[in-house]
Amino acid sequence: MFESKAGVFLIAGLGFFALAFLVMAVLPWAIYAGEPELTVEQVAASGIVPEFVDLAERYPEQFKRAFGTVSTQTFAEALRFGHEVYVADACWHCHSQFVRPVSNEDLRWGPVSTALEYQNALQRPVLFGTRRVGPDLIREGGRRSNDWHVAHFWQPTNVVPTSVMPPYRWFFDEQGYPNKRGMSIITYVQWLGSWVKEYPYYHGEGPPSLPMAATTQSSVAHAGAGSTGGGPP
Amino acid sequence: MTAAGGASGTGSGLGATTAADRLVDRPLVFAHLVAAMVFLAVSLLAGFLFSMQFLQHYPLPQHEIFSPGRWRLVHTNGVAYGFLANAFLGGLYWAVPRLTLRPVLHRGLSWFLFVAWQAIVLATAVGLLAGHAQALEWGETPVWIDPVALLGLILVAVNFLVPISCLSGPMYVAIWYFIAAFVWTVLVYAMGNFLPQYFVGGAAAGAIAGLFIHDLVGLFVTPLGWGLMYYFVPVILKKPIWSHGLSLVGFWGLAFFYPLTGIHHFLYSPIPMFLQHGAVITTIAIELVVTTVIVNFFMTLSGRGDALRTSMPIRWFYTGMVFYFTTCLQCAFQTTLAFQRIIHFTDWVVGHAHLVMLGVFGFWLLGMMVYLIPRVVGTAGWYSDVLNSWHYWLTMLGTLVMFLDLLVAGVVQGYMWRELSPWDEVLAASVPFWFVRAVSGTAILIGQFLFFYNAWKTWQLRPGAAPSHAALMENMQPAAT
Ligand code: HEC
Repeated sequence: MFESKAGVFLIAGLGFFALAFLVMAVLPWAIYAGEPELTVEQVAASGIVPEFVDLAERYPEQFKRAFGTVSTQTFAEALRFGHEVYVADACWHCHSQFVRPVSNEDLRWGPVSTALEYQNALQRPVLFGTRRVGPDLIREGGRRSNDWHVAHFWQPTNVVPTSVMPPYRWFFDEQGYPNKRGMSIITYVQWLGSWVKEYPYYHGEGPPSLPMAATTQSSVAHAGAGSTGGGPP
Repeated sequence: MTAAGGASGTGSGLGATTAADRLVDRPLVFAHLVAAMVFLAVSLLAGFLFSMQFLQHYPLPQHEIFSPGRWRLVHTNGVAYGFLANAFLGGLYWAVPRLTLRPVLHRGLSWFLFVAWQAIVLATAVGLLAGHAQALEWGETPVWIDPVALLGLILVAVNFLVPISCLSGPMYVAIWYFIAAFVWTVLVYAMGNFLPQYFVGGAAAGAIAGLFIHDLVGLFVTPLGWGLMYYFVPVILKKPIWSHGLSLVGFWGLAFFYPLTGIHHFLYSPIPMFLQHGAVITTIAIELVVTTVIVNFFMTLSGRGDALRTSMPIRWFYTGMVFYFTTCLQCAFQTTLAFQRIIHFTDWVVGHAHLVMLGVFGFWLLGMMVYLIPRVVGTAGWYSDVLNSWHYWLTMLGTLVMFLDLLVAGVVQGYMWRELSPWDEVLAASVPFWFVRAVSGTAILIGQFLFFYNAWKTWQLRPGAAPSHAALMENMQPAAT
């Protein structure tokens, strides 16, 4: 049996693979099967991050061209597109997206990651990452201002002289303003971790909610300035 | 033809048709080996390019298609699907017909697959550079290529499994590994590329992604590598494998434990902890299995140690085996949660990956090429044995230095992170290590280019080529392979 075609094919080839698949894949799958996986729209509907509104105010023309107005739809669009950029440029091979319960990582980045945080379409396939050339990003949202990110994506060494992160000029238009990609990746990065309650609302704002976003939408569309994303809820 | 005849005696057949000739399609083997070399060159250059980013000297910043991250994908995917896959296919088209005494299913299919596979790899490279990567490590192949690649893998499996299925009675070890590898590769590819993309989300998909990364090494590369070792080592040493019992233990131990280890890539992640513990235990178990295989091969070598000097392929094979034992021993430690606290996410892992992919499987395949190229081209030996020697030493020392360098880098990074050093200070501390990495990578690159040059010159010596290379002939020494 151990040296026969059927033995090798059926037991080792199919059998052992199936066993491992059952234990290593089906089991975790079954454990989380009851947890709904949010769509990007559902994610967006749970709150527009203030930085998205801030982008609309800082770059009204570019924002208008790229997205039109601030709304949950355009926020969802920015998240989806930002995620695409994150995958395409392999940010996820230099940045992880989970905080481990060891090595003081919670002191550096914030709360340890939990499984349910990953039950959404922007984590499909999941972006845990396996290498940290740069810091973990799952708690990045709100840590830096949009301006910081704009300067950083343009030329990382201008902000952090020892940085080995590549510059991303194709996130900018000819005048040097962030284009749709630039605004999307910034929105995506600013969204990461916006669901934890430690998320720093550095403008003194509370967690955004839908009705608030609706008011913002009109004010931005008309004036390109004004509300900074709503007052306290 | 006549010129090469003088140094013959290696049984490479020099145009004469032997029984094996009717079984083995030599031009096909050669074509796969050449493709492997081309993609190896591309992958190494891509890796070198990426390493420049770490020294703040990336030569082509500001161009989208030269985005360093994308070239990193070309590096890893090129190695897996361009270099390893092609070299394995070359070896299989040589070994399987000899082991089964039957040609593969269909010559036309083989050539079709050759062309199709190169198209798939090229399309992958173009897709990655154009920004169509799939967010699955080592399976970044754009999603629209996945089904085609899977179909290709199935056809490859059928092409080889048909002659194998005609065998009766107990089979030789190499064939066990090959059968299992064909089945596993198809299953692994389908599982990894489709489930996390279309069917499973979140942390559970992370478990599958870990399984995929690991199975690609453990169930595609490893069994094909060992299968070829079980074929080539006894053939070259002209003696049987030391212990059949240990061969059995090695194969079945690997088959059982290897697939169970995937989650060890995501320890301390949000995947349920009891599964992580399970993966740690099976990983340590593998180390025991590996030891039996290594003992078996070194006992086979025992008494023929001179072959390490006289036979280039054997030297490559056994260096690879020493590295194999090293990486697996390293695995047994680095998989423990104690080590993981420090070394996970650091360059330690990168060093480990290079030792496995280049130091072990790369070395085996390079050794195999050293053995096969004169035989498929039909020359009595290599154009230059000196160049072959340089190739070995540059590659071996380059790999060893890179491995040790990244190992230490990883420990430094891991402790600095734990001590909450600011990130930019960790980067500054890493730069010397990244510099050494780039230098050792350069040595590896130079070694390979010497090898490619040597292969090119050897090809020019083939029987039937214009015999105007009198000067070159002088360089040719009796085959040492
Ligand atoms: C070659 C590896 C590499 C790649 C690729 C890379 N980064 Fe980075 N990243 C770094 C390093 C190193 C740092 C830390 C130094 C710095 O801030 O520039 C960093 C820092 C960052 C930071 C700041 C984190 C903080 O709060 O300090 C963000 C945000 C970021 N990267 C996002 C991205 C995005 C988005 C991409 C893809 C478009 C990307 N990175 C690609 C290496 C990389």
